[in-house]
Amino acid sequence: MRERTFAPGRILIYLVVSLVAAAWLAPLAVVVLNSLRSNEEIAQASMIGWPKQWAWSNYATAWSGFCVAETCAGIRPYMLNSALVTIPATIFSTLLGAVAGYAISLWRFRGDSWIYGIVTLGLFLPQQMRLLPWTIVLRDTGLMNTLTGLVVIHTIQGLSFTVLFCRNYYTAIPPDLIRAARIDGAGFFRIFWRIILPLSPPILVVTVIWQFTHIWNEFLYGVTFTTGQQQPVTAALIALSAAVADIPQHGVQSAAVMIAALPTLLIYLIGGKYFVRGLTAGAVK
Amino acid sequence: MAALSIRALSKRYANLEVLKGIDLDIESGEFTVLVGPSGCGKSTLLNIIAGLDLPSSGTVEIGGRVVNDIPPKDRDIAMVFQSYALYPSMTVRQNITFGMECRHVAKAEQEKALANVARLLQIEPLLGRKPSQLSGGQRQRVAMGRALVRDPLLFLFDEPLSNLDAKLRVEMRMEIKRLHQRIGATIVYVTHDQIEAMTMATRIAVMHRGVVQQFADPDTVYRYPANLFVARFMGSPPMNTMPARLEADASGPVVVIGAGRPDEVRLRLGQYDAAAPFVGRDVVVGIRPECIAEGSRVFSADPPVVVNAPVEMVEPTGAETIVLLRLGGEPALARITPDIRPTPGAAAPFALDTRRICLFDPETERLIA
Repeated sequence: MRERTFAPGRILIYLVVSLVAAAWLAPLAVVVLNSLRSNEEIAQASMIGWPKQWAWSNYATAWSGFCVAETCAGIRPYMLNSALVTIPATIFSTLLGAVAGYAISLWRFRGDSWIYGIVTLGLFLPQQMRLLPWTIVLRDTGLMNTLTGLVVIHTIQGLSFTVLFCRNYYTAIPPDLIRAARIDGAGFFRIFWRIILPLSPPILVVTVIWQFTHIWNEFLYGVTFTTGQQQPVTAALIALSAAVADIPQHGVQSAAVMIAALPTLLIYLIGGKYFVRGLTAGAVK
Repeated sequence: MAALSIRALSKRYANLEVLKGIDLDIESGEFTVLVGPSGCGKSTLLNIIAGLDLPSSGTVEIGGRVVNDIPPKDRDIAMVFQSYALYPSMTVRQNITFGMECRHVAKAEQEKALANVARLLQIEPLLGRKPSQLSGGQRQRVAMGRALVRDPLLFLFDEPLSNLDAKLRVEMRMEIKRLHQRIGATIVYVTHDQIEAMTMATRIAVMHRGVVQQFADPDTVYRYPANLFVARFMGSPPMNTMPARLEADASGPVVVIGAGRPDEVRLRLGQYDAAAPFVGRDVVVGIRPECIAEGSRVFSADPPVVVNAPVEMVEPTGAETIVLLRLGGEPALARITPDIRPTPGAAAPFALDTRRICLFDPETERLIA
């Protein structure tokens, strides 16, 4: 028997789903629409409205012309800052997390579960709590207001997550593999490069996506530990909206927000299908 | 030369003593099977020999060299794992040559060794495949190839056949045995399957509770089990063991099962000098199921021993019929010819082979004679 398409229950489900989706998407829609409206138009009408004329120039202005903190180069330099922080920190935290997860799960040693517990405890510490310790560390190492400082912070804090995920993934790898390789004469790092790493793409995709989006979207450390030209884009966006101007530049600001959100969106579009697969992927049978 | 010597080896995990003073000497070219129920310590012993685990005390010598402080890769051993442990991301070729690559063997030499092993195991067509593209039997072969290519002093096998289905297991069993005969390697093989032990080993070490119960060739282990554990573990169905009483008259010792009962069974023993001190005492008598047969079977030139015994259950297997009967009230299994099917609930005549009876001390559980 064919299922009835218009069963009342089903209609209700679609209704609820549509409402939830609309609630979630409304802010995005407002930003997208505003990014395509001129400032005058927004000022005359309201924050919510359909563009009368497509103002693509907002994007160009946001990218390279808008003035933030007395320099008028748009958000381009801050996008570059974000990339210079996010890409190395993602790579370092993922690789270190993979090595640490491999050591903890497959080379049992005294105190390994303690180390694992302490490292992953970082996931449960609120960000604000870590501000002061990091301030001291950055001050003493001379990395205050540098991109390197942010890379260090995100690499180390990222370890909590990457170690957790890699370790849980690697525990599914049969320990006999390691034993066989040890008898074959391979050491810790050779086993990692030749045997473990080739099995790791599913979990590495997960950690890379996770790390990338988190570090890119991170705001608190960026705004606390950097100023002016050193800020990542998330912090610069605030500076942009706070810029004193005659007229509020909602159109340009919306375009800037869209540009800033683009990299994480792309990462999800490219890696999203591996992301879910990696989260659910089990053992290496 | 002893290929492997184990001296007073013990292993403790916290309060648990897994191995209790193991002593073993294995000659070069021997196929030694460590057999025992799960948890008997056989796999721990193998891991200690391999260097993957460390002993709490005692020494391991391989090829006359104490290897306690030598890492696995330098012990001149190769190991085949129950899970095969093939490297999933490498091809069969890379799996086999990985060890040589780690030991920096020259490329040309690697190719030669690979070709030899591939031919020996007939896996040439598989060299380019990944382990996931292989069947269970093929994976097994590749795992053996990885061990063989090393040409080590000692091969270690850790239950290599237990992941295979019954038919393939029998095939691989024969193949491993044939391989051993061809290359004359020294093998230590761990299994919980006593049939594998009986069929492949040149010597069997039966282990139980961290102790080697008996270390002897398969015939001796089967014919003269050192104690009740070995008697009941080896053989399928296992040896019948029944409480009995040892008596003696002018012509020698007589073992009485169910003494004093109307259906007591009296079995005259032949040469059992060692049993003399037990005359007049309780013993445990062990009779293999194949030593109890249908009444018409003639076991020896001596006057045949035939008893009438009640039959409780009959299991035809095709090749033979297994009969559960009672001797002097004690349950016992018999293996009789397949075309005879005694009626359960009725009594039937059974012939006994009294030459192969074992006697055990009920207190120490050790073999008396």
